[in-house]
Amino acid sequence: MTDPIRSTAAEMAAALAAGEISSVELTQAHLDRTAAVDGAVHAYLHVDGAGALDQAKAIDDRRAAGEQLHPMAGVPIAVKDVMATKGLPTTCGSRILEGWIPPYDATLVRRLREAGLPILGKLNMDEFAMGSSTEHSAYGPTHNPWDLTRIPGGSGGGSSSVVASFQAPLAIGTDTGGSIRQPAAVTGTVGTKPTYGGVSRYGLVALASSLDQAGPCTRTVLDAALLHDLIGGHDPLDSTSIDAPVPPVVEAARRADVTGMRIGIVKELTGAGFQAGVQQRFDEAIAALVARGAEVVEVSCPNFEYALAAYYLILPSEASSNLAKFDAMRYGLRVLPDGVADPSAEQVMAATRDAGFGDEVKRRIILGTYALSSGYYDAYYGSAQKVRRLIADDFARAFETADVLASPTAPTTAFKLGDKLDDPMAMYLNDIATIPANLAGVPGMSVPTGLAPEDGLPTGIQFLAPATKDERLYAVGAALEAALTETWGGPLLDRAPDLLLASADLRVGAPNSADATTGGAR
Amino acid sequence: MTEATIPFEEALAAYDPVLGLEVHVELNTATKMFCGCATTFGAEPNSQVCPTCLGLPGALPVVNEKGVESAIRIGLALNCEIAEWCRFARKNYFYPDMPKNFQTSQYDEPISFGGFLDVELDDGTVYRVEIERAHMEEDTGKSLHVGGATGRIHGADHSLVDYNRAGIPLIEIVTKPMLGTGERAPEIARAYVAALRDLVKALGVSDVKMEQGSMRCDVNLSLMPKGSTTLGTRSETKNVNSLRSVERAVRYEIGRHGAILSSGGKVVQETRHWHEDTGITTSGREKSDAEDYRYFPEPDLVPVAPSRETVEALRATLPENPAARLRRLQSTWGYSDLEMRDVVNAGLVETIEETVAAGATPAGARKWWSGEVARRANTDGQDVSSYAAGLGVTPAHVVELEGLVTAGRLNDSMARQVWEGVLDGEGTPTLVADARGLELVRDDGALEAAVDAVIAANPEVADKIREGKVQAAGALIGQVMKAMKGQADAAKARALILAKLGQS
Repeated sequence: MTDPIRSTAAEMAAALAAGEISSVELTQAHLDRTAAVDGAVHAYLHVDGAGALDQAKAIDDRRAAGEQLHPMAGVPIAVKDVMATKGLPTTCGSRILEGWIPPYDATLVRRLREAGLPILGKLNMDEFAMGSSTEHSAYGPTHNPWDLTRIPGGSGGGSSSVVASFQAPLAIGTDTGGSIRQPAAVTGTVGTKPTYGGVSRYGLVALASSLDQAGPCTRTVLDAALLHDLIGGHDPLDSTSIDAPVPPVVEAARRADVTGMRIGIVKELTGAGFQAGVQQRFDEAIAALVARGAEVVEVSCPNFEYALAAYYLILPSEASSNLAKFDAMRYGLRVLPDGVADPSAEQVMAATRDAGFGDEVKRRIILGTYALSSGYYDAYYGSAQKVRRLIADDFARAFETADVLASPTAPTTAFKLGDKLDDPMAMYLNDIATIPANLAGVPGMSVPTGLAPEDGLPTGIQFLAPATKDERLYAVGAALEAALTETWGGPLLDRAPDLLLASADLRVGAPNSADATTGGAR
Repeated sequence: MTEATIPFEEALAAYDPVLGLEVHVELNTATKMFCGCATTFGAEPNSQVCPTCLGLPGALPVVNEKGVESAIRIGLALNCEIAEWCRFARKNYFYPDMPKNFQTSQYDEPISFGGFLDVELDDGTVYRVEIERAHMEEDTGKSLHVGGATGRIHGADHSLVDYNRAGIPLIEIVTKPMLGTGERAPEIARAYVAALRDLVKALGVSDVKMEQGSMRCDVNLSLMPKGSTTLGTRSETKNVNSLRSVERAVRYEIGRHGAILSSGGKVVQETRHWHEDTGITTSGREKSDAEDYRYFPEPDLVPVAPSRETVEALRATLPENPAARLRRLQSTWGYSDLEMRDVVNAGLVETIEETVAAGATPAGARKWWSGEVARRANTDGQDVSSYAAGLGVTPAHVVELEGLVTAGRLNDSMARQVWEGVLDGEGTPTLVADARGLELVRDDGALEAAVDAVIAANPEVADKIREGKVQAAGALIGQVMKAMKGQADAAKARALILAKLGQS
């Protein structure tokens, strides 16, 4: 392997198994890359170089001792900072959790550790996963590796950009309304939101419990399948986790077979409102799938029109309750109110929440508190739940005629940092195509479709499948990836600008660049 | 500050009380409602906690199935319907001893609803208490306010929080407004709580120890003018945690509400604190419309949908209704009302039941368990069964003791000495009797000699008996027993005396 970090995770796993590279070498190579580029990208909030190398060493030792290891053992990974990691800071991109070190691992983190994947560090995100640009992180924005002046998507901008900038082959993201898929689309990477309940939420710091779902962020569909397979499956610690085997995602990704597959184009999620180049690449992708044996049907989901409105009642309602625990009593930030001699617990809570939460978080807490108030509950939360039911019905009807649904993932390519920061509604509209899947609990995946002709930035297609049929996403995603890679003559990310040059040109001050340097210095 | 009250009778002359009781029962499940932490009472503070019950970011709840079963059994015992499908809900409010700042509870979908409990008062009157609902929820942690005079948060230097209790399963049992109780309101309130306690205890799902807080009672009370059907404004008196206090709190609140209403005032809807020492209530926080718990279905938990088979299987495990059971046992045992009440009050019903089952007579069981043991247990401040268990004294010991008497080895006074020896830890009745050399003399020759001697020494008494005054034999029997050092069969001695004096 000449440049190990540019391989896929599957290739890295094979090289490790073949003894061509050690996990320590592979991990160190990624840490070096981070030291070189993350000052410009700022994907990480915390790099755990020493910890990752220790885990890599342990895996190398076990492999040398002839132990039977997990196929992905030794391949490093980075984790969105919304997952609890024992002994590693977990901030959710918020000041209110600054300095908090969880005493326990999220279930999926435990599975990563047990499988022997060195954890490189924790990834930047919009505060408590509220946002579509990662600009709402209390620790500064993440930059899109394709254009450092642009957003990497959100809330999982750290997860998308870390794989797009070759700082990690694999990352964990979470998707409440599109936070895995939209960042994947705007960075030319792959991201899956599994079926709700497919991956344990235990240890995922909740934004909206009924919508949140963790999933893989990778550069290829097969890598996503390998990671999905590793983190998925029933967890007795999460009541909402599905008690069934993980769908056969790896097999589907390897077969990449769309022969006879009916792809439903969602009428309401194409055309008007979508950037011309995004739509063009979408149409080409569909054509490529047809060329590989898929059929196209048009489906209508009339209630998707109300999805955004319902989402912005359900999400803030749940969030207002989920975020109530941040009260300065047991962990995290504690701020004493100014000019109060002997403050009460309530005054300390209020001062802490005022200082510790950003504006977007406060906006949603206020919105949710209002929507749940007596006298308003039926009109807001109650109505939103009815819409949610109707959207699920739309999906059920659409899946009668289609095996998977498709739409562009995001309406536009990556916009400029700061462009939509003062216009929440414009920001929310980024998720117009991704939100319905969360409301209905169905799985979705974003796969690159190319670069928009007008701005040369990545575009993505979203596939949606019925609940628990995640493997269909991998079949169609892998087929498209194969077709387009052939057309492009190589992976899309090969066309991304050289970050080493770009970051030299544009050193964007990132507050945590010191962290990144420490991690890679060994 | 003491508020004005008017005499109870005066208040009731003008107003009808309306009672409502909310009772929280802490289940005795081995683990908490939503996590695997232990529930041992009195453990080192914050030693029985985990990410879930501490409300750490990311942690999730999982329903304790035993807790749900207990909830269903309580519902069934209260003649409730059991929901085919219900959910938990979040009750949102901020308080430092509530880790998540919401309590996982149930709101408009309780597990059981629409039941009743028939409550028997001392004079045999039965009052039917309608049950609105019995729902599942979790307990909060416990705040300890340090440095103040009252133990309440006001005036305290600082507060400590123990989260061991956070997440312990609770069942909240809510009555419908209880109408028509009139002057018996305090008595009915007390009798209801007592009956509920006995019922839950019989189910074996809770320790129901009011003094340890495993059963807690809130008393809602309002008055309405006689003849009116419009409910008045209620007060909610929190944590009234003994039967006597329930009765007193109702009585006090009737007098307080009466004073406000009769002077033309308006009762404020508020929570009130009960003061056990002074027997009064004082104002807590005002409950206004501003208090909005923003209930919504708990998204971290799946609905609870007990199958009808499960419900019926649980119904089959219900014990006999405690009141009906006592009536049955009294008639089986042949106890008088007074004897039965003593046995119940001494907490001896189960012990006697076991002892009779082991082979003792009901009279014997009552005699041996309620005498010396009860006295000693009382001195020790314990209930009889736990006291006896602590001593290692069992129903089998009573059976053995009775057997020694029946077999003629011991007389009554010797049996008492043997029982004391057993209670002193000297071993089984037979061992004690052996060790203390207690045995009725079976040698009729020795007894006859003693009888002859006593007759000879008391010619006047002997004459009276010969003349037919057989009751005088008692004096001679006493002397014979004395001469025999108590080790004689008194009945035999009596027969012998009467025979020798021509009276048999």
